[in-house]
Amino acid sequence: MSDQAVSLSAPSGAGHADASGPSGPKPRHIFSRRNIFLYGTLIVAALYYLLPLYVMIVTSLKGMPEIRLGNIFSPPLEITFEPWVKAWSTACTGLNCDGLSRGFWNSVRITVPSVILSIAIASVNGYALANWRFKGADTFFIILIVGAFIPYQVMIYPIVIILREIGLYGSLSGLVIVHSIFGMPILTLLFRNYFTSMPEELFRAARVDGAGFWGIYLRIMLPMSLPIFVVAVILQVTGIWNDFLFGVVYTRPDTYPMTVQLNNIVNSVQGVKEYNVNMAATILTGLVPLVIYFISGRLFVRGIAAGAVKG
Amino acid sequence: MAEIANPSVSIQNVSLNYGAVSVLQTLNLDIADGEFIVLLGPSGCGKSTLLNCIAGLLDISKGRIFIKGKNVTWEEPKDRGIGMVFQSYALYPQMTVEKNLSFGLRVAGLPKDEIAKRIARAAEILQIEPLLQRKPSALSGGQRQRVAIGRALVRDVDVFLFDEPLSNLDAKLRSELRVEIKLLHRRLQNTMIYVTHDQIEAMTLADRIAVMKGGVIQQLDAPQTIYNRPVNRFVAGFLGSPAMNFIEGQLQAGDVGAFTTDGVSIPLDRYEFDKDRGSAGMPCVFGIRPEHVAFGDAAKAMPFTAESAVEIVEPMGSDTLVWTKLGGRNFSFRVEAEKTLRTGDPIRIGFDPARASLFDTQSGNRL
Repeated sequence: MSDQAVSLSAPSGAGHADASGPSGPKPRHIFSRRNIFLYGTLIVAALYYLLPLYVMIVTSLKGMPEIRLGNIFSPPLEITFEPWVKAWSTACTGLNCDGLSRGFWNSVRITVPSVILSIAIASVNGYALANWRFKGADTFFIILIVGAFIPYQVMIYPIVIILREIGLYGSLSGLVIVHSIFGMPILTLLFRNYFTSMPEELFRAARVDGAGFWGIYLRIMLPMSLPIFVVAVILQVTGIWNDFLFGVVYTRPDTYPMTVQLNNIVNSVQGVKEYNVNMAATILTGLVPLVIYFISGRLFVRGIAAGAVKG
Repeated sequence: MAEIANPSVSIQNVSLNYGAVSVLQTLNLDIADGEFIVLLGPSGCGKSTLLNCIAGLLDISKGRIFIKGKNVTWEEPKDRGIGMVFQSYALYPQMTVEKNLSFGLRVAGLPKDEIAKRIARAAEILQIEPLLQRKPSALSGGQRQRVAIGRALVRDVDVFLFDEPLSNLDAKLRSELRVEIKLLHRRLQNTMIYVTHDQIEAMTLADRIAVMKGGVIQQLDAPQTIYNRPVNRFVAGFLGSPAMNFIEGQLQAGDVGAFTTDGVSIPLDRYEFDKDRGSAGMPCVFGIRPEHVAFGDAAKAMPFTAESAVEIVEPMGSDTLVWTKLGGRNFSFRVEAEKTLRTGDPIRIGFDPARASLFDTQSGNRL
């Protein structure tokens, strides 16, 4: 690349009085001090984050005798998938011995409705706040933002009482409601800022064309806001999937989400500590957010930039 | 001003306040059926705000708005019988041109064949038939604005509202589309209200221009009247490029009256005073447009002449603007492009005070 740039620049300088002077594109050197420093730093940072993952993966593929040798960085001598199978289907937590699979499906049953419900409500909230400047909209918005800064722990006990009173304590739907409410401030902010950054004239044109509140939302705004919906889905899926606190407080052992079950497996005090099973279980639990990131990373960055910069 | 018998749009005592800030102040405006009216003014003068109030996109604080004799003050935009064209085109990006045009009709629940008929007509008028299946992102600025006009056209409305529709286009396209809008008006004979800050658009398109400043209509009249007999100094300075020359001085009493400033006395016997004749010695501003100033031999025949010297020459292609001094102040005039003048050349300039404007310094009003 850089060789080509240099050779291209040579003939174009010929006709001028100062033929030997700089001309054309500036040549770039791959091994300049700047590049070495830049990429060196990046590589060190990448290794720092990748090393623990590496240890987890190799450990999960080893048998217990091999782990006891203590060489945590060495690759497995004999690859075994036994720990993964055990973590998924036979590891014991309390009385249940059906592994993480039960928690996985619980988490799915919690995450999917929570994500859909919270995004559906928050996007309409954001749209209303951005485009239909109703009386008291600013006050409402400030209250919502303040909500984003209140520590969750403060509200745990009152919510326990509320859920108990309406008869949803310990059920999955109770947890879905809790997740939807706690996602509201940040998601509404996200959507409001995104819709605010859209040209106001578009909204006015739609009003002149006769579309109403829902007509404009569904037919004009929704089709234009894919990036911000992807951002919201990622934020909510990772947030709700990784949640431990609400899961352990608002559900019962047979409806525990995956994270709570993982904790119970890893922190069980009886018997031998099976490091390989623990590692496999941890990777399995983290797999869902990881997959979401890999699939939609590019859209995520675009949406964050679009929604967060303005407003 | 003559009363308009059956106004297409009638704005009666309309005010708009944001808290203590008054954007429109007790505004009255009657627009005749089929009239092309231009709201002209600098940014922040309330012209776009007034248009949005007529469209129903902004609620007014006081007053009433009638369209086609119907009180629409509380009506939704869609029920007012208006079509609107925006500066940024405001096309729905995810829809094709055809869907953009038909959106309002589909929302209104019109039958399919009626929608198709109206789109075909609009596409034919605006010559956008080949673009119907494209997305707005695949169109040029001029094409986009044509589609935006088409979206107003298919609605089959009485009144068209244009909010600076040409401001986002380059100079060449702007003049092309300006002509097209004028042709469109001639063909449709609809009432059109057009907001712009561009005086050339205003002069070329309007039947009447309303010059606005600070939420108040300063002058509402035919373009030529506004240009030649501005009612105050703001209107005089806002219209015309290059701008009118202003000279500060006093009114001199006498049989004929004269305007005096440092060593210069301009006779006003040919000047047509408004109602207010002013009083002797009152400070006032004398204004004359650069193209109404003669020079050289032609200047000798003028009622007022003066000797001066060329300071700066600005060739503009079709003609040349020459800067000199009169009464110690910068003074510009227009000459044909062929005249070759150089800095320092002595010249004779002259003009007919009948073509000038005289304003009261204090109030700014025309005398």
